[in-house]
Amino acid sequence: MFEHASLSDFGLAWLEASGPYADIVLSTRVRLARNLQRHAFSARIREPEREQIFSEVRRASDLTELKGGISLDLAGLSQLSRRILLERHLISRELAGEDGESAPTRGAGLLVGPRDTLGAMINEEDHLRLQALLSGLRLRDAFQRVDRLDEELGTQLPFAYHHEYGYLTSCPTNVGTGLRASILIHLPGLVLTKEIGKVLHGISQVGLTFRGLYGEGSEVVGNFFQISNQTTLGKSEEDLIDHLEKIVAQVIRHELDARKVLLRDAPAVIEDKIWRAYGLLRYARSLSFDEVMNLLSGVRLGVSLNLLSGLRVYTLNKIMIYAQNAHLEQAAVRRLTDAECDVHRAAYVRRTLATEGEVAGEGPVS
Amino acid sequence: MLCDHCGQNEAIIHLTQIVDNQMSTFHLCESCAAEKGLQPGADTGNFPLSDFLAQVGKGVPEGISAGGPCAFCGLTLEEFRKSGRLGCSHCYVTFETNLKTLLRRLHGGTQHVGKVYLPPDPTRAEAQERLAGLRRKLDRAVENEDFERAAQIRDLIRTLEGAL
Repeated sequence: MFEHASLSDFGLAWLEASGPYADIVLSTRVRLARNLQRHAFSARIREPEREQIFSEVRRASDLTELKGGISLDLAGLSQLSRRILLERHLISRELAGEDGESAPTRGAGLLVGPRDTLGAMINEEDHLRLQALLSGLRLRDAFQRVDRLDEELGTQLPFAYHHEYGYLTSCPTNVGTGLRASILIHLPGLVLTKEIGKVLHGISQVGLTFRGLYGEGSEVVGNFFQISNQTTLGKSEEDLIDHLEKIVAQVIRHELDARKVLLRDAPAVIEDKIWRAYGLLRYARSLSFDEVMNLLSGVRLGVSLNLLSGLRVYTLNKIMIYAQNAHLEQAAVRRLTDAECDVHRAAYVRRTLATEGEVAGEGPVS
Repeated sequence: MLCDHCGQNEAIIHLTQIVDNQMSTFHLCESCAAEKGLQPGADTGNFPLSDFLAQVGKGVPEGISAGGPCAFCGLTLEEFRKSGRLGCSHCYVTFETNLKTLLRRLHGGTQHVGKVYLPPDPTRAEAQERLAGLRRKLDRAVENEDFERAAQIRDLIRTLEGAL
């Protein structure tokens, strides 16, 4: 069922560019790590128990907001489908089985609720990784949704909990609240003004951490940064969320200031950069994914500064997902070589931008 | 200092634990400690410490030894050091001494102050602990003028109080 009809835009509500600051903050994710009592953690659990956990969680989820959603047994999916879920940020590399290339372990599962924004990874590093994924900057909203799901599941499934250490997790870096709140933020102004180093250093001084587009160990592409809380123990969930929100608000202010400086000091250079990026995306015949991400960064900045009009942030978000290799292969209905991917990617981007119609520019110079 | 248990001999073992943010320390003499299964440096197979802890507040799972390998999942300290992943929830007790140092370094402390979990069939003590946690959350929501959230928490408190 999943492999055909429901795949089209499954799990992509977070692309809609609807929340506050959606032009700068692509998405907000809050996840809670939970483990079940009486079972060893993922690293030492036996396979039959993993499957038992999957079915227990699936049954329990019918009495939660996840009811009526989709439940996927990853081991039963094609490699392409697993790569697509990975590209949509719905599952981790670990759950997909190393980039979706090798097979995932038995019992690895994904639940996504009918509203698309709430879900759970099963048998990842922890038995349960509950997550809410929303468009824009909506930390409290995301926390409350995942918190409610945690309540609903926790009254049915006995979670591993210790009166001193809180919720017990496979890795001690997640113990306590088990909460990781992260936002995916676009900071071209700070990169162009070379202020980004200072800001990232500041972030790491206040108990937060930053990563690239795909989380831990991934590279920064297209000026997108993931900022999240580093510690999980010793502060309440609300404190962790509020702290991150406060710091992100400051980062946004710095970014907006940097953009003002760019427009004041080098308006012609910025306008040229933005239009060149748009021109390449609109007409190029072969594009690597990193190139698309870097060009999209310029175009996104242009839309955000009102230098380009007639383009929706939603379209730019959509390109970020659908211009990835697995999505292109899905559309082509065959495996593509790297070179073919670049050609298909450029064609997809051209088509998508063309459907947006004429893009007008009212720049500071023109 | 005299033993808290017998009140006669000199205390040589000092056990500190934190429950509900309250730190309490127990001082035991050698024979009372031995009776409770607490021998300095010894790896005790059976674990009457759980009985002791249960008396003074909270229990630990049975069958846990002090230094590992973990009696439940077999993880050794060496394996944990290599992978950075614990094998099961009992490991938190098995490797407590090492973990506390690590947790302090990672998080700046060891006491969870977030959501208090209420298991499917809670004991009275667990329900009380949860109520205290919910009241903390309620105060916080009111402080932030997040009245929608406060109303939700108040409902949870009422339901739980009704069940007690």
